[in-house]
Amino acid sequence: MSVRLTLSTTGRVLGQLRHDRRSVGLLIGAPLLLLTLIYFMFEKNGPLLDRVMLIMLGVFPFLLMFLVTSIAMLRERTSGTLERLFTTPLGKLDLLFAYGLAFGLAATVQATVATTVAFWLLGLDTAGNGALVVLIAVADALLGVGLGLLCSAFARTEFQAVQFLPVVVLPQILLSGLFVPRADMAGWLDGVSTAMPLAHGVEALQDVGTSADATGDMWRGYGIVMGCVVLALVLAAGTLRRRTA
Amino acid sequence: MKTAIEVQDLVVTRGGKEVLHGLCTRIPHGGITGLLGPSGSGKTTLLRSIVGVQRVKSGRVTVLGDTAGAPALRRKIGYFTQSPSIYADMTVRENVRYFASFYNLGQAAAEETIKEVGLQEQAGQIVRTLSGGQHNRASLACALVSRPELLILDEPTVGLDPVLREELWAHFRQLAAEGTTLVVSSHVMDEANRCDRLILLREGAVVADDTPQAIKDRAGTDDLDRAFLTLVQGTLEVA
Repeated sequence: MSVRLTLSTTGRVLGQLRHDRRSVGLLIGAPLLLLTLIYFMFEKNGPLLDRVMLIMLGVFPFLLMFLVTSIAMLRERTSGTLERLFTTPLGKLDLLFAYGLAFGLAATVQATVATTVAFWLLGLDTAGNGALVVLIAVADALLGVGLGLLCSAFARTEFQAVQFLPVVVLPQILLSGLFVPRADMAGWLDGVSTAMPLAHGVEALQDVGTSADATGDMWRGYGIVMGCVVLALVLAAGTLRRRTA
Repeated sequence: MKTAIEVQDLVVTRGGKEVLHGLCTRIPHGGITGLLGPSGSGKTTLLRSIVGVQRVKSGRVTVLGDTAGAPALRRKIGYFTQSPSIYADMTVRENVRYFASFYNLGQAAAEETIKEVGLQEQAGQIVRTLSGGQHNRASLACALVSRPELLILDEPTVGLDPVLREELWAHFRQLAAEGTTLVVSSHVMDEANRCDRLILLREGAVVADDTPQAIKDRAGTDDLDRAFLTLVQGTLEVA
C-alpha cells in the first residue's frame, strides 16, 4: 500500500464529488428531509422521537453511503477506468481505502450537519455528547461504504448492484433494534442481529442517548463497526480481479 | 534485435469462444509495431494480454523481461484503451494530473502532455463536454504522461480528423526516436505504412509479421490493403 497513491486517489474521488453538486446536495439534504419527517411523525411522543431520531442518525448515512459507493465503484468498472488503473502502480487496497477516506470525509460533513440540525432544530435530546453521535454516525456511514464496495465486486450491472440493498442493507436495519428492541426479539433473531455490524453501531448510539459519559459498551460497539469496515475493505480488495475475461 | 514483447502459444477465450488460438509473436524493442486486422480479429484481446488485464487460458506473455502483469511493469507501460477510459466528470487537467500522480510526477508533466496532444485550450473543461476526438486525446494524454518505456495504444486515431491524425503520428514517431517502444493497433491500412513492423491478425491468428515493405513484396503489390487480402486468401488456400 502507498500513502501517496491512496491520498491522490482520495483527492480524485472528492474532486468528482465536487463537480457533482446535485449529488452533494442530495447527500446532505436527504437525511435532513427524512429526519424532519420523523420529527412530525413522532411529535407527540417525546421519548420515542428521541429514540428513533438518534438511531436514524446512524441508519441514514449507512444506507445512503452504501448506495452511493456501490454505484461509484460500479461506474469505475463499467467506464473502463478500473481496468486502466490496474495497469498503473495503483494497488487495490490504495483504491479501496481511498474510496473509504473520500466518502468518510463526505459522511463526516453529512453526519455533522444532520446531527446539528437534529439537536438544534428538531429538539433531539441525549444524555451524552453530540460529538459522540457524529463519531458513531460516521462509523456507520463507513460501514455502508465498506459493504457497498464489497457488494459492487459481485455486481456486473447497476441493476444487480441496487438489488444488494434489500439483501445486505435492509435486514441489518430491520434487526438493528429500530423497530423492536433487540432484547425483546426471539433468541435466534437476537443472535442473528449480533452478527450484523450495524446493530452494534445502533447500540453504541443508544448508549450515547442514555449515558452522560462514553461507556465501555459504546466504545466496544464503535470498535466492532470500525473493525467490520476494515474487514469489508480488505475483502473487497481481495475480490477485485486485475485480470478479467 | 532486442525483444520487448514475446507471446508464446497464447490461448484466450472470451464469452465461451476462443479468440486467440495459440498465438505466437515477437515485438522488437524500439520503433512502432502496428497491429492490424479487421474488427473481431483479436487485436484488443492481444493488447489486454500484454498489459496483463486479460485472463488467459494458456500460453505465456513476456514483457520487457517480466511476465505480463508483473507489478514492476506497471511503472513502465502506458495503456490507451479503445474506448477512452478516463473520468468524464472531471476536467482534462484533473484527469492527466491524477494519472501523473501514480508516477510521482507533478503539474509540469501534466501541462506538457496536455500541450502535446493539443488540448491546452480545453485543459479546464469537463471531459464529458468534449468532442469525441478531444475525449480520445485527453485519454491519450493520460497514457503518455508517465513517459513509459512501452506504449500500448488501442486504436488511438479513431475519430480524428486527418490533420490531427498526422500530428499524432508525428508525435508517435518522435517518441519512437527517443527510444519508446510503441504498439499501435488500427484497422486503417494507410496507418500501417507508418509502422516499422506490422503484425496482421485475422481470426485470432497471425497472418503476417514483417516490415510493411516486405509484406508488400511478398504479396507482389504496392498497396497494403491488397497485400493483406492476398495474404489472407493465401493462408485460406494453404489451409
